[in-house]
Amino acid sequence: MHSTTRRDLGRFALGAAVGGAAAGAFPAFAQSANPIRIGFAMALSGGLAGNGRATLLAYQIWAAEANARGGVLGRPVQLVFYDDQTTPGLVPGIYTKLMDVDRVDIVTSPYATAMIAPSMPVVMQRNMCFVTLFGAGVNEVFKYDRHFNMNITGDNMKETYAKGYFDVAAKLPTPPRSAAILAVDNEFAQKAAESARFHARQRGLRVVYDRSYPPSTVDFTPTVRAIQSARPDVVFIGSYPPDSSGILRAASELRFNPPMFGGGMVGPQLAAFQAQFGPILNNLINWDVYSPEPTMNFPGVADFQEKYRTQAAKEQTDLLGNYIPPYAYAQMQVLEQSLARVGRVDQAALAADMHASEFDTIVGKFRFSASGEWAEPRNLFVQFQNVRDGDLEKYKRPGTKVILAPENLKSGELRAPYGPPGA
Amino acid sequence: MDPDLQLLLNGVVSGLLLGGLYAFAASGLAMSFGMLDIVNIAHPALMIAGAFSVVVVGTALGLDPLLVAVLQAPLFYVLGIGIYSVYHHFFERRGEEALQGLAFFFGIMFIIEVGLVMAFGPEQRFLDPPYAFVTLRLGEIDVPLRMLVPMLLAAAVLGLLLLWLRSSFTGLAIGAVAQDAEALRLMAIDPVRIKRLAFGLSVALAALAGGALVVVQPVEPTSGQIFIGRVFAICIMGGMASLPGCIAAALLFGVVENVTATFAGPSWSPAVAFGWLLLMLAVRPQGLFGKAA
Repeated sequence: MHSTTRRDLGRFALGAAVGGAAAGAFPAFAQSANPIRIGFAMALSGGLAGNGRATLLAYQIWAAEANARGGVLGRPVQLVFYDDQTTPGLVPGIYTKLMDVDRVDIVTSPYATAMIAPSMPVVMQRNMCFVTLFGAGVNEVFKYDRHFNMNITGDNMKETYAKGYFDVAAKLPTPPRSAAILAVDNEFAQKAAESARFHARQRGLRVVYDRSYPPSTVDFTPTVRAIQSARPDVVFIGSYPPDSSGILRAASELRFNPPMFGGGMVGPQLAAFQAQFGPILNNLINWDVYSPEPTMNFPGVADFQEKYRTQAAKEQTDLLGNYIPPYAYAQMQVLEQSLARVGRVDQAALAADMHASEFDTIVGKFRFSASGEWAEPRNLFVQFQNVRDGDLEKYKRPGTKVILAPENLKSGELRAPYGPPGA
Repeated sequence: MDPDLQLLLNGVVSGLLLGGLYAFAASGLAMSFGMLDIVNIAHPALMIAGAFSVVVVGTALGLDPLLVAVLQAPLFYVLGIGIYSVYHHFFERRGEEALQGLAFFFGIMFIIEVGLVMAFGPEQRFLDPPYAFVTLRLGEIDVPLRMLVPMLLAAAVLGLLLLWLRSSFTGLAIGAVAQDAEALRLMAIDPVRIKRLAFGLSVALAALAGGALVVVQPVEPTSGQIFIGRVFAICIMGGMASLPGCIAAALLFGVVENVTATFAGPSWSPAVAFGWLLLMLAVRPQGLFGKAA
């Protein structure tokens, strides 16, 4: 009788791991007839996995559709991806493997600034054309002319990001005189706070509170109370999902109802958050990228969201897909349209085409600037209105996330102060 | 009332409430790390596993999260016994508990985190009882029930645990195994059995703390990482094997964090709290309630 030794178990584990990785990383392996292989790292576990998984689902929907249409350049599309575990240190190794071992044709970025930045040097060394997703000014440092960022923030985040928020503030029934700024210690939120500071100064608002907090903060009650005691008219917060929860809870418990509250909070865009907070979100004015308002009903976006929502629960990702997914899908449309125009996989020609062309996607038409950001920024500021419970159906229809800025997409009127009715 | 005094009082009260959660989270570690000398780095991950279990069962049955936490504690006790048995068999028994044992608990931590992502997805999970949205107003002081109720449960559980540790034979044996396991053998007590029982209790405490955490805030699979530094610091500050020391250190940690956040800004909170830990260890290396070697 053969007894299983620890070494046997180790061999079995290694075999299972290699087999599992191959099955997961090359889901379209069987159909490959000289496929176009698009490689990327994605946060499928760890802190950014919520948006990472939603992004992957959007890519998979696009790939399935592209293959149903006969592929790209007549070749089937194959996604080659690895979980970066939301660990920036793993990213350079993954991209090295994608380009040197897997020899993918195209690389796209992981999700968000902290993961994109470590991938840049590796991609630049191989002169690959690089379409990134939701970076925040990454190329300000690298100045790579083959970098293109799928994000509405555009160039010069300092001057553009918070502009809409302060434009809305100017319309308050009583003109605001003071502002408070609170931001988590990470690059995106700090840039958002810098923009808020810039606009507060520009409009002559006195900044009565301006602090940062570490991502490990558990209790936001003392911080929100300190802001409350400074009595600001406008509160601008730059936060990430777990912190956004704590901040909104604390504001609700302390009955903090300033004329305007919100800013650049990441979290209220997501379905789980909306389900939990319900009426606490009423009159919150927050940065966003998409809202199902009539002014943003771009061709194809409703069809995409319908497909996404049928698969989201099974894939255990954001149920609504109102945040990253349309942009992730559009990122792949950018590649598809550019490849179709160029007619071959040629990194230099693709970059030249992306610099020169306008793209028509499910998130609208846009061009890239010289640095690869959106030439025309489109930072939305939406206000949650008429929220009575955590039911998600209303977030699929107009009227709940009303767009207040920019003016050309505006779909409703400002309500003040922040807080549920009667608070 | 003077606005600064009002801020200070609220900072202290909210700090004590936060400290109650920290005490709950750190007390299990005080047993495993402090008393049993087992560096259970997976303790916060086990807490989050408990929190997810509370969310799933509580949502399915419509039960209060703290009630579910109490009901599930025996299951986590059994899980703890299982984990210790594996740890003892493969590492402690062979005298390889230092580095390899640490790697074992690291592995458990990663397995729990990835397992939770695979089973439930990476999104935040929550289960808000009705009282989580109620705040008591005691004059100028706000007391959110979201923080108060978990703290009361922590006080009840830790009070009973303390009583049991001091008055029962097994409780005293747990205290003794922390000091001299071999001496315990001479008294016909199996130290492995005592350690197994104590480790089971520590994991049950982690699961109870997870239930409390669900009331305080939403949880996600990686939420435990926020607590790793804090719970180990509190455990060391309290004097390792001392449960009262752990509770006192946790309350102090919470108050220092929140008062600092109120007056100097939240970015100073961890620096001041951990700086205070270093200062205290310089003055009193054995911790608050620890005995000098």
